[in-house]
Amino acid sequence: MIELKDVSYGYGGSDLLSGVSLSLQPGSFHFLTGPSGSGKTTFLRLCYLDLMATAGRVELFGQPARKMTRDDIAHARRRIGVVHQDCQFLDHLPVSQNVALPLEVAGRPENPADLEELLAWVGLAERADALPPELSGGERQRAALARAVIMSPDVVLADEPTGNVDWEMSLRLLSLLVELNRMGKAILIATHDLNLIRAAKKQVSARVLRIRDRQLQLAGADL
Amino acid sequence: MRGAGLLAAVLYPRADRVVPPSGHTARLTIFTAAAMAFLAVFALALSLATGRLAERWASELARTATVRVSAPQGQVETQLRAALEVLRTTPGVASARVLDEAEERALLEPWFGPDLPLDTLPIPKLIEVIEGEPGIDAEGLRLRLRAEAPGAVLDDHTRWRQPLVKAADRLRMLGLVAIVLIAGATAAMITLAANSALAANGQVIRVLRLVGARDSYIARAFVRQFTLRAFAGALAGTVLGVAAIAFLPDAETAGNFLTGLGFRGAEWLWPLAIAPLAAVVAFVATRVAAFRVLRSLT
Repeated sequence: MIELKDVSYGYGGSDLLSGVSLSLQPGSFHFLTGPSGSGKTTFLRLCYLDLMATAGRVELFGQPARKMTRDDIAHARRRIGVVHQDCQFLDHLPVSQNVALPLEVAGRPENPADLEELLAWVGLAERADALPPELSGGERQRAALARAVIMSPDVVLADEPTGNVDWEMSLRLLSLLVELNRMGKAILIATHDLNLIRAAKKQVSARVLRIRDRQLQLAGADL
Repeated sequence: MRGAGLLAAVLYPRADRVVPPSGHTARLTIFTAAAMAFLAVFALALSLATGRLAERWASELARTATVRVSAPQGQVETQLRAALEVLRTTPGVASARVLDEAEERALLEPWFGPDLPLDTLPIPKLIEVIEGEPGIDAEGLRLRLRAEAPGAVLDDHTRWRQPLVKAADRLRMLGLVAIVLIAGATAAMITLAANSALAANGQVIRVLRLVGARDSYIARAFVRQFTLRAFAGALAGTVLGVAAIAFLPDAETAGNFLTGLGFRGAEWLWPLAIAPLAAVVAFVATRVAAFRVLRSLT
């Protein structure tokens, strides 16, 4: 679904990532680790073409990125759910409308019952009418997750999805992602939380990747 | 295609929901559109009024001429008869008549007052000539008058009619240029406002792109807002402008200046085009600005 082959990305004459390759297949579960500033967020942005690789080949759903038009990219993003670390929303719209935003931009009808069920699934049923600035960090993460999955995407990319929440909430978010994975979605989570990775490995078969020295490596058995 | 886009932008009510309402930009856009529409009403009225003026001068004066008969006392009647005979036998003259004393007095009254003793002054006699088809040969008539009534001089009004018609035509052109400039200034101001709104809504654009919004969807959200604001503002400005024109002093009581700055008959329908035109200008300006900004964003 998402394929990166010998991809490099850099700016100002130096590479942040060099020759990285990854193939995200249906039902796969990957963690991406590495120290802060190692390029985890950059790697995720390359995956949904928020950044364009300076070298190598990126394919989204069989289409080479370099041949995709802006509209092609927009359509591809409808098949990728993204949870950002900073969880940006349209602050003037209530949570329910923010979560349903992908449906609206795709011109798909919104089923109120489905939306209600999704909000209940992420524990935000009571906060449907709240505005994003009124949400706590954990609630924002869950709202972002709900928005990421409302289109039933093929891939979910999550960047530090538990960065702003306590351990209990982290486990709850993880269980949501695991549940999605069991539904056949490909999951890629960028995190430096090793405890989260260990907790996940008890539930799913996950591959752990590490960015070190601008390269993508398979992490060892220490995890 | 563009018409369909305009219709979709205006009729698709949910599109602009994703852009937060901006009171300041909205008020500025509405005020600008209203002010420009108000000015456009006056420019339109000026253009139509001068158009009428040019048309009237061109048509009325082109069909008339004057023969002035000046002669020593005692020879005036002879010269007058001779001139009338020449005119009667000249092809293209529909009618010719001597202005009576009351008409001459009325002509001179604005300059000399009502108590002018015409009988004691050597005032030339005037013959009003109405041209028929295909019109008179002015040079030929002058030669005949010179030969048969030496005291008669033909004035076919060309000397002063042409500059007046030209001036009126230029005024009409100025009115039209003013309308074009107003449309251009409106487009420029709405472009600036749209650019400002796009720059202020960077986060909105990022979120929309993240969830798979196409540029056309994002642009439509801004286009709808600005198109409706421009339409509403222009409508208000047009209503005020038309009311101001309607309450202008009557052309007769104001001394018949020009032909009266205002609209006549079906001309009152012309201002109805201003608000839709402003909406089209806003639509195009915002759409161009939005796509340019969106293309410049990675």
